[in-house]
Amino acid sequence: MVSAGYSIGTVATTSKMPRYQLYVFLGMVAVFLVAPFFIYPVFLMKALCFALFACAFNLLIGYVGLLSFGHAMFLGSAGYIAAHGAKIWGLPPELAILAGTAVAAFIGLVVGWLAIRRQGIYFAMITLALAQMIFFFCLQAKFTGGEDGIQQVPRGTLFGFIDLRSDLTMYFVVLAIFLFGFLLIYRVIHSPFGQIIKAIRENEPRAISLGYKTDHYKLIVFVLSATLSGLAGSTKAIVFQLASLTDVNWPMSGEVVLITLLGGLGTIFGPVVGAFVLISLEHYLAQLGAWVTITQGIIFVICVLTFRRGIVGEIARLVKKPL
Amino acid sequence: MFDFLGIPPQALFGQLLLGLINGSFYAMLSLGLAVIFGLLNIINFTHGAQYMMGAFGAYFLLQYAGLSYWWALVMSPLLVGATGIVIERLMLKHLYKLDHLYGLLLTFGLALIIEGLLRNEYGSSGQPYRIPEQLLGGTNLGFMFLPNYRAWVIVASLTVCLATWYVIERTKLGAYLRAATENPTLVQAFGINVPRMITLTYGFGVALAAFAGVLAAPIYQVAPQMGANLIIVVFAVVVIGGMGSIMGAIITGFGLGVIEGLTKVFYPEASNTVIFVIMALVLLVKPAGLFGRTA
Amino acid sequence: MKFTRTMTLAATVALAIGAGQAQAQYSDGTIKIGVLTDMSSLYTDLSGAGSLLAARLAAEDFGAAAKGMKVEFVNADHQNKADVGSAVARQWYDVDKVDVIVDTPNSGVALAVNNVTKEKNKVFLVSGAASSDLTGPQCSPNTVHWTYDTWALANGTGTAIVKTGGDSWFFLTADYAFGHALERDTEAVVAKNGGKTLGKVRHPLNSADFSSFLLQAQASKAKIVGLANAGGDTTNAIKQAAEFGIVRGGQSLAGLLVFLTDVHALGLQTAQGLIMTEAWYWDANDNNRAFAKRMAAGNKGIHPTMIHAGVYSAVTHYLKALEATKNDSDGAKVVAQMKSTPTDDALFGKGTIRQDGRKVHDMYLFEVKKPSESKAPWDYYKQRAVIPAAQAFRPMAEGNCPLVKG
Repeated sequence: MVSAGYSIGTVATTSKMPRYQLYVFLGMVAVFLVAPFFIYPVFLMKALCFALFACAFNLLIGYVGLLSFGHAMFLGSAGYIAAHGAKIWGLPPELAILAGTAVAAFIGLVVGWLAIRRQGIYFAMITLALAQMIFFFCLQAKFTGGEDGIQQVPRGTLFGFIDLRSDLTMYFVVLAIFLFGFLLIYRVIHSPFGQIIKAIRENEPRAISLGYKTDHYKLIVFVLSATLSGLAGSTKAIVFQLASLTDVNWPMSGEVVLITLLGGLGTIFGPVVGAFVLISLEHYLAQLGAWVTITQGIIFVICVLTFRRGIVGEIARLVKKPL
Repeated sequence: MFDFLGIPPQALFGQLLLGLINGSFYAMLSLGLAVIFGLLNIINFTHGAQYMMGAFGAYFLLQYAGLSYWWALVMSPLLVGATGIVIERLMLKHLYKLDHLYGLLLTFGLALIIEGLLRNEYGSSGQPYRIPEQLLGGTNLGFMFLPNYRAWVIVASLTVCLATWYVIERTKLGAYLRAATENPTLVQAFGINVPRMITLTYGFGVALAAFAGVLAAPIYQVAPQMGANLIIVVFAVVVIGGMGSIMGAIITGFGLGVIEGLTKVFYPEASNTVIFVIMALVLLVKPAGLFGRTA
Repeated sequence: MKFTRTMTLAATVALAIGAGQAQAQYSDGTIKIGVLTDMSSLYTDLSGAGSLLAARLAAEDFGAAAKGMKVEFVNADHQNKADVGSAVARQWYDVDKVDVIVDTPNSGVALAVNNVTKEKNKVFLVSGAASSDLTGPQCSPNTVHWTYDTWALANGTGTAIVKTGGDSWFFLTADYAFGHALERDTEAVVAKNGGKTLGKVRHPLNSADFSSFLLQAQASKAKIVGLANAGGDTTNAIKQAAEFGIVRGGQSLAGLLVFLTDVHALGLQTAQGLIMTEAWYWDANDNNRAFAKRMAAGNKGIHPTMIHAGVYSAVTHYLKALEATKNDSDGAKVVAQMKSTPTDDALFGKGTIRQDGRKVHDMYLFEVKKPSESKAPWDYYKQRAVIPAAQAFRPMAEGNCPLVKG
């Protein structure tokens, strides 16, 4: 449904990364490797967490054409579990993050099972409805601490010997997690499995007539997207030592739509660019006070009216290569 | 008499009535959304902001032009409707052929801008607006004290909702509208100016929201964020009723008001969430909504 | 991606008072004050831009420039999100060399900033946040809680009302940690004074319609309907209570967290008769009036709330402590200095800061005037009672603050 207006991205047929994409990817990694020595690492970590979140979201909307309006439930609930695990159960960070991710995967399985039978706006609405229930649960449950959230979460020591209290160390851990998620998504999209989900996006009845159980494929992608969103949420909770209602409330679901749209739906690098641009903007605008919402609104409007392909989508069109 | 789950029946009647009153806001707002969606295929996220503009309109008219509530009831929807027409002409008309997502994002952005500007100018705590003299006081119904103003809200809302339904479902103009929804090209070929009809429909839907806003001004605080809190609930109402279904939106609006009212008695913490629970259930059982035709 | 760097520089729209008088004893030569508040949402009017202005006026009146202290300001909007607040605080301390953060309405955000400040050993002066946990279990050697807290409000309003015969209560509580805290504290005060709680209802945050809850309050026959909520929830509840004849029916409303700006938004016609506890009122004396005049001139005519006054007072005392220690690098030491000297300024008069970080001063019980009694715009309150400093705040021993046990 999302792809109705135009075709997003172009189908790359080999599973090996084309050379120019490899260059872009290596360039991105190089930038990320030196960035923390010039830019405040905590800011970079935040942007990376959102980039991973947006990549996971993009997997669903960009490649299966399903708009979820409840993705915050995965980000937020995973954050709560990771924070609770690290603070109360005393789990080491790697297990806390895994626990959060696992919970997100489980919620993704249940929600996905309920939601994938619907399409388009109804799919968006059912995910929103279920996300609101998760939000309500997080608000009511004792362990989440209401609007104060779970604070003072220890970062701990990774694998028992990497002390994460240093921002720089933490940064490289977050970068590793991000690259893991990014490459996993890339691999999925460019696998035979990825070809089938794109076929479903383009023409579902046809995919069914070819003998594919499309619901299975959609569910797998949904769970994968939820899991990686959960990974982003758990990591974010450990980085900021905080889990709060913000991450599980519906405006966060809207924000990830914005990031992805801004960067470019269905592009590989779009969500990353979108996340960095939007997080920088928010960061900058925080000082501007009351103009935050107005500027965000203007970005939405300009984006929709002038460059619907998003930043990376437009660039890809100019260089005539999928990015 | 028997108590119902520990609530005396008198109190229950009171809560049902209050639910109906809240439902009349939901009905009016979801009606506008449904009309707009039906004809424009746009999910109008600005609806909440336009409801708020209606309330602010009433405040401005009183403050700067000295016009009373009754004038505002007519003028404010007209003015806000006019801004809606401008928005449709300048922006929305470029989006009809695209996915719903873009209309939703654009109108969401507009809502942020409108709310932000008003907050910059008038702060967040809101403006006072008083109940008109004629409707002060209330009636003791035996089981509850019903303020006259709330009784007026329910009457006004029912009238507007039923009139809208009648125009769309029972008149020639409505027939054109419905036909244009199904097949704009064909209707255009019959010599009807479809783009203008679409523009006016959007203006009308927006005016409905503003009308609800004026009705709300004396009972809720006239504040920039008043619509943002409501829009997502109204959205759910439209989806439950069935996107684009006029009667569906009206009935569901009132019905959900009542259900929400009852939740406020038995499990008040969940009163914001109950609507989403119902939405999830309805969509799972009846994908097109209670009164919708097809998905 | 040098982007952020440049942006941070550009964003630091700093006002330097007394240029070129940098002194070596302050880290990086300047004292940098970060005002972290809500600039875009619920608490904008009662804190927001007014808090930044109040901080600036404090530095100006202190004569920082003449004393050779270079003071700079930054400000940011925390959007009422704890994660945004803690991220800004970290960045300010790590990168922008901010020495002290002030104000911060919203308890969740304040608790987050409280933790960051302690970790980085800087100073946090709270005026806007309400949670009494800041000087209770969460107390910190780097934090001073200046203006008010949930305990003080509950105590002031609760005690006064029970003593004047309002001995049965029904609570309308925002279903959030801070609403619960306000309700819990008030309930305890009511019980201590021999009153009882007949019922309570917890409503979701940002409810537009309160009629259903008000009907339940009416049915309870309680004499007092206590509003344990804030901002738009409180104003909507008060507005609708008037409509449903709660007050005419013989019940009274008690706003547990109501600010001057809320009363302004409601209008006297609706708000009249409301009883509340505050730490400061602009029309109480000449000093306050002079301050209000300057604040209103620079803040769209909004008269200062107690939060604005608290920011002014706190910044003044902070600068005094720096003048004595000549060193802003060790936050805990600065706070220790602030605690060891009595406070004294134009707005709050003489007072002290306790070991747990609680600033102690008189609190006042106000009643909102009838429209006929109000002689000028913003002339809203009449004073009902003074709650002496010694009784206004929670005794230190009851707070469970780890700093006190030693």
